[in-house]
Amino acid sequence: MPKKVSEMEEGFVMTTPRSSMQTKTGSWRTFKPVIDYSKCISCAICWSYCPEPAIFLKDDKYTVDYEYCKGCGICAAECPVKAITMVREGE
Amino acid sequence: MKTILLSGNTALSYAVKQLDVDVVSAYPITPQTTMVEKLSEYVANGELNAEFIPVESEHSALSSVLGASAAGARVFTSTSSQGLLLMHEIMFIAAGLRLPVVMGVADRAVSAPINIWNDHSDIMAQRDSGWICFFAESAQESYDRTIQAYRIAEDENVHLPVNLNFDGFILTHTYEPVTTLDDDMVLKYAPKKRRRLVLDPSTPMTFGGLGSPEYYFEAKYQAIKALENSLKTIIEADKEYERISGRGYGLYKAYMTDDADTILVSLGSVGGSIRGVVKRMRRDGLKVGALSLKLFRPFPAKELVEALSKTNSVVVLDKASSPGAIGGPLFLEIQASLKSFDVNVPVMDIIAGLGGREIGPDDIRVMFNKGLKVAAEKKVDKILDFVGVYL
Repeated sequence: MPKKVSEMEEGFVMTTPRSSMQTKTGSWRTFKPVIDYSKCISCAICWSYCPEPAIFLKDDKYTVDYEYCKGCGICAAECPVKAITMVREGE
Repeated sequence: MKTILLSGNTALSYAVKQLDVDVVSAYPITPQTTMVEKLSEYVANGELNAEFIPVESEHSALSSVLGASAAGARVFTSTSSQGLLLMHEIMFIAAGLRLPVVMGVADRAVSAPINIWNDHSDIMAQRDSGWICFFAESAQESYDRTIQAYRIAEDENVHLPVNLNFDGFILTHTYEPVTTLDDDMVLKYAPKKRRRLVLDPSTPMTFGGLGSPEYYFEAKYQAIKALENSLKTIIEADKEYERISGRGYGLYKAYMTDDADTILVSLGSVGGSIRGVVKRMRRDGLKVGALSLKLFRPFPAKELVEALSKTNSVVVLDKASSPGAIGGPLFLEIQASLKSFDVNVPVMDIIAGLGGREIGPDDIRVMFNKGLKVAAEKKVDKILDFVGVYL
């Protein structure tokens, strides 16, 4: 949501931490990573390479947070067992 | 108050010392070098209790003081010419982050050809960076404005960076008696204050965050308005300085303009030479006047228009060019101001003094004669002319 000039701190200084959480970057994505859990060996390489980071361990499974994933494809490139495929959004 | 023999460079250094600046970072470049030398000497011998950060470039010099300023320090840097161009991208950031950085600019030509002498090409290339921009005519004025600059930059209604322009060699290296204020007077006039928004581990804040399309425009609007609104503080700071020191400079110095047929408008040190020529031409019965502008940003359009509205022609002296434009940067500003306030005085532009080409009394006479011709004919033949170039 845009802020009015009067609601903004001087110099666009952000006084509350974690303000980047408010900017959901998922809409930047053209391709989304899809994990095939039949191949996934839970090695955590995607988790450690994700620059966002938008891959988290959830119920013992590595899961992509699509609200923040920008679709860079590094996880798919790094996955040693080719368990991640980049799928065009909308397909 | 004591009077000391100082050059433009050492006058600034002396003021910076008295202002008890916390962090100095600068990279030496002719003709600014002696200023940095003096400051490092003050820090080395303990006269100034500051952190002096030696850097490998001007880009880093401005970046260092910018970071220090964000952490709440009172900072100073200075440069010239190519060094100022290297600072270009950081200048916009200083203004965008609303940091009260103060910088001395020893105005010098820009390459190519390489040239170390004075004109205003370097600072004019920074025109739209969002800084307050002063021009001085003497070492005394450079000293006085430096003290004013901190009061203005750090004023809570301003919080913007300020650059102080003084002509390379003409002012930087010319020694003159400078009347200084006592140290305690300086700090009483421009006291150090803690800003509300500073980098501090106990209250973490983000400086320089991403301003996506949802936020950027508002942040930029805020900085644009801050520069526009700073004029009031600038005027007040000068008045208060005059009260304590007896020296005030105003937004411009007008000389014999009331009944003038033509007024020559200039920036910087050439103003004194122009007034000398006015005096002599007046003896010959020629009604000429001079206006030396002291503040380029925010541009005091309304005040300037009032001063120029009664004359029959205006000649603008630009010591910088804007190749491909109809005139130099100062001309464009003045022409736009007059027309916007419905004042129809014919205006012509003269570019002179580029790369240290001397502007002597004869050159100034030529400029005035062109202005008198425009006044008599009530029209401008040549919008942009050059004086002092061998064709």
